[in-house]
Amino acid sequence: MDKDRHKLLTTFLANMQISAFTFGGGFVIIPLMRKKFASDLGWIDEDEMLDLAAIAQSSPGPIAVNTAILIGYKVGKIPGALVSILGTVIPPFLIISLISGFYSIIRSNPYVGYVMAGTAAGVAAVVADVVVSMTIDLVKQKRIQPIIMLAAAFILIAVLDVSIVAVIILSALVGYASSVWNRRHQHDLS
Amino acid sequence: MIYLELLWSFMQVGLFSIGGGYAAIPLIQHQAIEVHSWLTMQEFADIMTISEMTPGPITINSATFVGIRVAGIPGAIVATLGCIIPSAIIVLLLAYVYYHWRGLDTVQSIFRSLRPCVIAMIASAEIPLISLALYGGEDFAGTLRIPSLIIFTAAFLALRLFRIGPIATMVISGTFGLIAGVCIL
Repeated sequence: MDKDRHKLLTTFLANMQISAFTFGGGFVIIPLMRKKFASDLGWIDEDEMLDLAAIAQSSPGPIAVNTAILIGYKVGKIPGALVSILGTVIPPFLIISLISGFYSIIRSNPYVGYVMAGTAAGVAAVVADVVVSMTIDLVKQKRIQPIIMLAAAFILIAVLDVSIVAVIILSALVGYASSVWNRRHQHDLS
Repeated sequence: MIYLELLWSFMQVGLFSIGGGYAAIPLIQHQAIEVHSWLTMQEFADIMTISEMTPGPITINSATFVGIRVAGIPGAIVATLGCIIPSAIIVLLLAYVYYHWRGLDTVQSIFRSLRPCVIAMIASAEIPLISLALYGGEDFAGTLRIPSLIIFTAAFLALRLFRIGPIATMVISGTFGLIAGVCIL
């Protein structure tokens, strides 16, 4: 019981911390959550984290909130999900409430601008690090299909500007087709 | 009843914004300016700037801001709830389905092929982030900011080699940004 409560508290605080420091929304939050809940705490394995990210990405609503809900659900079922939502929502809620009155003063302050510029570089580095780690993990599997899919998905999204939802549906279809193909193949062999 | 109107408007925003914050922007604009005239276009543009300047999901930020403008703190709470409720229900259903059936070969195969796709998505999102960090705008236009490039490179190396935490990285980067800005002036 006490352990459960501790787990929920950790989930709440981790989400709050991540949400309070993340500029740039869902795509930045996914790597941070992976680092916290998969690498540091070990409550979720790496593959599962990517599956949850895919679900969060293809569902309606803010990706960051969706990811938080999924991780919270995994860690502590419905109470975990609620605690995660609260943790994710409270920091932006407080910050916006405070700022809404006098944002023009803050926006024109040069020192705020310097800190923002430095933080932006830090955020870009964090995401770059995660992309590199994830790609290394994928390459280590020594299978050609995922590497081709990574390259193809990247070209579709970044170069050809295809919508992310379309790319997700396409990848899911490829996965489905390859499972059907594998099953037939095994059937032929036996 | 203003609270119900806010709740309903932001439930629609939450329900129809698939693909994250940037998909929500036109929906918020539609609800707050065209359907309800809660905001002027200038106020809406300001909200977008604030949302980019502050941490947190852009949808939550704008829901909070619109809610406060229209009906104070209770309005902000109602608007935030509105954009979370639909997706919370859908995501929890999907989570249940995922944990219930992920043992199946077909489901595993589908998710196996989604994983590279997720990496590609994050990598694609990284391009505009790098551009914004190093050039202060989109599409790598303008001049390269040398201090930002140094901070980016140092932070990346520190993350790879010394495994320092992401939040520590951001705080340290922000501090160096301030130092660089003050020194250059």
